[in-house]
Amino acid sequence: MIEPGTKAPAFTLPDQDGNDVSLSDFACRRLVLAFYPGDFSPVCTDQLSIYQEVLGEIEDRGATLVGVSVDSSFCHAAFREKLGLTVPLLADFHPKGEVCEAYGAYIPERGHANRSLVLIEDGEVRWSHAAPTPLEIPGANLIFDALDA
Amino acid sequence: MATDHEPMGTAAPPVPGEGDHLRGSGPEAIVYLDLACPRCAGTWAEIARLPLRLCVRHFPMSAKRPRSPALHAASEAAAAQSEEGFWLFWDSLLADRSHVDDPHLWERAERFGLDLDRFQRDRRSADVAARVRRDFVSGIRAGVTETPSGFTASGPLRGDLAEQLRALAEAGS
Repeated sequence: MIEPGTKAPAFTLPDQDGNDVSLSDFACRRLVLAFYPGDFSPVCTDQLSIYQEVLGEIEDRGATLVGVSVDSSFCHAAFREKLGLTVPLLADFHPKGEVCEAYGAYIPERGHANRSLVLIEDGEVRWSHAAPTPLEIPGANLIFDALDA
Repeated sequence: MATDHEPMGTAAPPVPGEGDHLRGSGPEAIVYLDLACPRCAGTWAEIARLPLRLCVRHFPMSAKRPRSPALHAASEAAAAQSEEGFWLFWDSLLADRSHVDDPHLWERAERFGLDLDRFQRDRRSADVAARVRRDFVSGIRAGVTETPSGFTASGPLRGDLAEQLRALAEAGS
């Protein structure tokens, strides 16, 4: 997992609507990347839903939360609609997992990301956390611990 | 940096006390439930009558289950009139999730002997919303990421919640 103090790897990925989203788009805000294995899988469902419930409080702290998985934009669109999500979801679809890999969040033997969070500010990783097991969801409390530090 | 924001960082769930919804006797446990959640309904059916002192807390997942906030507000509106009313609503909403539209809530309020006009006012009130939110934020801070979730004084209960609570009840007997 990428360590705090590291320069955040640049990226440009399509979101659920096919619009490109780049790290540089968040130059004036704090960015929380939430890597997760896949849309529609039971554990991922709860993970994004939890972050959705506190999105306002995250945004009040001058931060934007964005989800990243290897699913396609089309899959992200359907997933958001099903769960009532407004969290932007980025498709690290092609080349598969390239951005996840750059952040140390890719599990190559499984072909998907781990479950992790990265806080980026001024182009630098300020904090990162990877769930210790595949079934464990990083709580939203951890995001606030990092934002309020 | 965010000293003026509502605290949302890590904190253990508050010890059950006055102002909480507590029922039963035996080893104490806190459960965070979403009244619109099918897993919560199933778990509640298994744990509601165990020999435990259960503290129930609101954890509506509003984006995932849009009807959830209204159900939690309804239960707190009932609580404003009587604690018995709260439990009648809580048990009933979890037992019958297919009848939770407004007319079904009104029917319950009348059946449970509540003042319907007051129920209607209270369930839309800021006080009720704040009460539900208080529980929700405590769950977020305790690391709740799914429903149902349970805690004892020793920390979070991991794995199948009903199984964990049955074991707790047996250990206390």
